Amino acid sequence: MNKTITIDGLSVPFQEGQTIMDAALAAGVYIPRLCHNPEFKPHGSCKLCTVKVNGRNVASCTMPAVEGQQVLNDTDELNADRLALTQMLFVEGNHLCPACEKSGNCQLQAVAYYLGMMSPHYNHFYPQREVDASHPDVILDRNRCIYCELCVRASRDADGKNVFGLSGRGIQSSLVVNSASGRLGDTSLAATDKAVQVCPTGAILQKGKGFTVPIGRRVFDHHTIKEIQTGGGHD
Amino acid sequence: MTERQIRLATCSLAGCFGCHMSFLDIDERLFDLVELIEFDRTPLTDIKHCGPCDVGIVEGGVCNAENVHVLKEFRKNCKVLVAIGACAINGGLPSLRNNIDLWDCFQEVYQYEGGLEGGVVPNDPELPLPFDKVHPIYEVVKVDYFLPGCPPSGDAIWRFLTDLLAGREPKLEYEQLHFD
Ligand code: SF4
Ligand code: SF4
Repeated sequence: MNKTITIDGLSVPFQEGQTIMDAALAAGVYIPRLCHNPEFKPHGSCKLCTVKVNGRNVASCTMPAVEGQQVLNDTDELNADRLALTQMLFVEGNHLCPACEKSGNCQLQAVAYYLGMMSPHYNHFYPQREVDASHPDVILDRNRCIYCELCVRASRDADGKNVFGLSGRGIQSSLVVNSASGRLGDTSLAATDKAVQVCPTGAILQKGKGFTVPIGRRVFDHHTIKEIQTGGGHD
Repeated sequence: MTERQIRLATCSLAGCFGCHMSFLDIDERLFDLVELIEFDRTPLTDIKHCGPCDVGIVEGGVCNAENVHVLKEFRKNCKVLVAIGACAINGGLPSLRNNIDLWDCFQEVYQYEGGLEGGVVPNDPELPLPFDKVHPIYEVVKVDYFLPGCPPSGDAIWRFLTDLLAGREPKLEYEQLHFD
């Protein structure tokens, strides 16, 4: 017999070992997420995918699905929490979308649109962050990093290179590069690496590709991140 | 003609006037608008100080002492204060200087840049005192509504204004909400 959970009252099947996020993804149910990418092991850090299970808040990307779970996902309360988390990500970095090549294709921005973020609400940190342009084909702009560790996971698990890592804790966290000089240009990173492709924001960008897609034809110009990430929204 | 009851003021602080240009982009709908509103202080009227208003629309962030005076005058006089554009909402491109030492900035602009006469950093009491960082206006005064975009499109501005003037909660379509 199929095992099932319910998400917002909808019956969703799952297999043993799957997380709530896995089951939702398979069923085409959108749960907002930034640090989770189904191609990689869950990280559970951005907390955007927090859902309410039997009255408790849990990260759906790491929480195993269990028969009979009643999951609340698309509620005003959870979406308000997600909006607050997203606003914190904006003020903790330096996100100047009009000057960012990722704009229109950025998942952080798209989640903000989805959640109806009209302003970052909190006071800005304007942190001092380093830009690393030493690599011939890739630029690392830490101002836009949200510490999702997708590049860390991709470089380690898909590219087998271990180019990226996270150092420090809390507000002192920073994305570090695994070379003696600490510079990207001194690593074996290639522009075709999964680590370069997987960044949800404009922190890791391929050089020479900026603004090649005109405004109006970018991923999120006409489609919400919900439509895109549930496989809808194709023209 | 209907009575013009609603008074509207606008200003640009540390902005580029792009939001004002976009406001003009509502084109012939401006005629509909002026049936509904009376302009107070705005670059369109050249009135220098804001009187009691229903709606104040502020473009640009806060980068110097004068910006704060103007912003506080708007907040004091306007029942509803609207932040328009990226700069008013998160500092925008002027805030790119937030991680550069202010004096380094001045030297770069006034002393090291080639072709400048004198190479002197201006220092006149008439000039507003610059802040070390540019801030969005909501970090200085309470803001009632936000209209993001760099700039927001004429259509987004029109949608926002027609909602607001009709007493509805302003709501943008998905495609009208953008940060760039
Ligand atoms: S990374 Fe995304 S949110 Fe940040 S500046 Fe770029 S487009 Fe905006
Ligand atoms: S660089 Fe990109 S992928 Fe890596 S941690 Fe930062 S936001 Fe995530």
